[in-house]
Amino acid sequence: MLRILFIIILIILPSKAIALIEVDITRGNLNPLPIAVSPLSIDENSRKGFETILNKKNIGSEIALVVEKNLKASGLFNPLNKDSFLQDPDIANLKPRFEDWNLIKAQALITGKVKIVDDKLRVEFRLWDVLAGKEMMALAFTTVPNNWRRVGHIITDKVYERLTGEKGYFDTRIIYVSEAGPKTRRIKKLAIMDQDGANNKFLTLGNELVLTPRFNPTSQMVTYLSYFKNLPRVYLLDIETGMQEVVGDFPGMTFAPRFSPDGKKIIMSFAKDGNSDIYTMDLENRIVEKITNHPSIDTSPSFSPDGKYIAFNSDRSGYQQIYIMKNDGKNVKRISFGKGLYGTPVWSPRGDLIAFTKLHKGKFYIGVMRTDGSGERLLTENFYQEAPSWSPNGRVLIFYRETKTDSKGEGFSAKLWSIDLTGYNERLVNTPTDASDPSWSSLLSN
Amino acid sequence: MKLNKILKNAFLVTVACLMMSACATSKKSTGQMQGDVYTGKDTVEYLASGVPDRVFFATNESVLTTASRETLRKQAAWLRKNSKITVVLEGHADERGTREYNLALGERRANSAKDYLMTYGISSDRISVLSYGKERPVDSGSNPLAWSKNRRSVTVKAN
Repeated sequence: MLRILFIIILIILPSKAIALIEVDITRGNLNPLPIAVSPLSIDENSRKGFETILNKKNIGSEIALVVEKNLKASGLFNPLNKDSFLQDPDIANLKPRFEDWNLIKAQALITGKVKIVDDKLRVEFRLWDVLAGKEMMALAFTTVPNNWRRVGHIITDKVYERLTGEKGYFDTRIIYVSEAGPKTRRIKKLAIMDQDGANNKFLTLGNELVLTPRFNPTSQMVTYLSYFKNLPRVYLLDIETGMQEVVGDFPGMTFAPRFSPDGKKIIMSFAKDGNSDIYTMDLENRIVEKITNHPSIDTSPSFSPDGKYIAFNSDRSGYQQIYIMKNDGKNVKRISFGKGLYGTPVWSPRGDLIAFTKLHKGKFYIGVMRTDGSGERLLTENFYQEAPSWSPNGRVLIFYRETKTDSKGEGFSAKLWSIDLTGYNERLVNTPTDASDPSWSSLLSN
Repeated sequence: MKLNKILKNAFLVTVACLMMSACATSKKSTGQMQGDVYTGKDTVEYLASGVPDRVFFATNESVLTTASRETLRKQAAWLRKNSKITVVLEGHADERGTREYNLALGERRANSAKDYLMTYGISSDRISVLSYGKERPVDSGSNPLAWSKNRRSVTVKAN
C-alpha cells in the first residue's frame, strides 16, 4: 500500500510543477474543473458598431456564453455563476486580481476583449491559472462579425486543447436527417447545424426520402442516400453551392455511403438480386471497384483513418457481425464475437477503436471495441439507438435514439444524443425537429 | 409497518395484473402469428379478388413461408392473365435493426418474392424491386405483432 502511494505522489508532483492545471479526459470526470468565463469586455469605441452591425448590445457576454455552454457540455468543466464574479471584465482582462477569483473557487479564468477594426470583429482572449497566478495562453483573431458564434467555439477549442492536451471538437458542425410526421409516413430532410445546435439549416425540401448523410474530410461535401424518383441511390452534395449528383451508374440500389479518409473515393453498398456487396468509386476518374464478393449482405463500410483497412457489416456467418478487411477486399476477418448482433462499425479518428451498434436480448447498445475485436465496452443501453459518429478528436460519440410507441402506436420520437468515450456525460443534442443519422464534421478551423 | 403491508399488497396486485395482461396480449398475438410470421389479414390489400398483395417474413429472414408461396402463386396466375401489368415489389423490415442492414434485408426479401414469381413464369422485365428498409412501416406499434406486419414484401401495380 505504502509503496503504491509513494509512486503516485512522485508522478503527480513533478507534473504539477511543470504543467499547472490539467484536465484528465481519459476517464469519467466526476470533478469537473471549476472555471470562470468572464464576459468579454467591449471596446468603448466599438460599442455602437456592434449594435448597428450585429444588433447586439452585449456581444462580449454572448460570446462568453457560447464558451461557457461548450465547456459545460464537455462534462470536464464546471463554469461558475457570473453573479459571483467580483472583478469587472475590462480590468480582469488586463490583470486579474487572483485572490478574488480564488475566493469563488475558480481554478481557471477566461477573459477577453472584443472590438471592431475595419468592419471586422477582433477578439483577444486569455486563459489564466488562478492558483498559480499565471497567464497560460493569450490569443487574438479577426473575422467577419457574423462569425461571432464560431469565435466562441474556437476559444473553447483552444482552452480545451491547452488544458487537456488534445484537440477540441467545438468549432464543428453536425449533418443529420430532420424528421417530422407520423411514423408510417415520415418526412425526412437533410439538415446541418453547429455542434451546439445553433444555425440550423435545411438542405433538402422533404419531397423525397433521404438517409445517412456523411461529411467528406474537409466537411464541404456530403454523401447520402436519396429516394429521388423512387430510385434509392447514393448522391453527392456540395454544401455551399447546393449542387447534387448521383454517384456512379448502378442498375439498382446503392446505399450506406462514406468517404475515404483522403476524400477521393466513396465506399458504399450496391444491392442486386438480393445480394449486397461493397464497392468503391473514385470521384476523379469514376472508376468503380468491387471490394467484397459474397452472397451474404455486406454493408455499412468504414475506412480506417490511414485508408489501409475497411470495417464492415456482414451476415455471412448467419447473423449481422462486424468484419475487417484490407482495402482491396483481401484478408476478411470477423472481429465481433460477443453475444448478440453487431452493426454500423465506424473507425475512430485515432484508428485504435471501432464504434458499433449492438442488439442483444431486445436492447440496443452503442459500444466500442479494439480493431482486433478485443476490449468490447458498451457505453449506453436503450430501447432503440444506433449509428454512432465520432467527434473529430475521438473523445465523443453522437448517435440517434428512438422511443418505443405506446399501445396505440403513438409517442414516437427520434433524437440525437452524445456520450463520451468514457461512458459518462450522456446528453441530448438539441435539434429543432426530430432527428436521426448524425454525422460529425472535422474541425472547421486550423 | 402498516404502510409496508399496504405496499406489499399493492405490489402483489400489480404483479398479478401484469401477468394477466401479458397472457392476454400473447394470446392475441399467437392468433395472428405463427412463430413470429404474421398470418393475419389486417393490413393485407388485394390486387384482384382473391389475390393478396403481400407476404410476411420471420425476423432477420427472407425465406418464403408456405402461406407466402401460396400468395405468390396467386399473384403469378393473376400476372399471367394480365400480361400488360408490371409490378414493383417493395421490400420492408421492422424497426428492430440498423438502418443500412435493413435496406439490404428489404431488398433481399423483395427479391425472394421476385424469384418465386419468376419460377412461375413471370418475366423479370415485368418486376422491379424497391427496398424501403424500415422507413415505411404499416403499423407504428412497438410490439412483436406490429413488427411482424412490417416485415413484408408488397406487390404494387406499376402501370
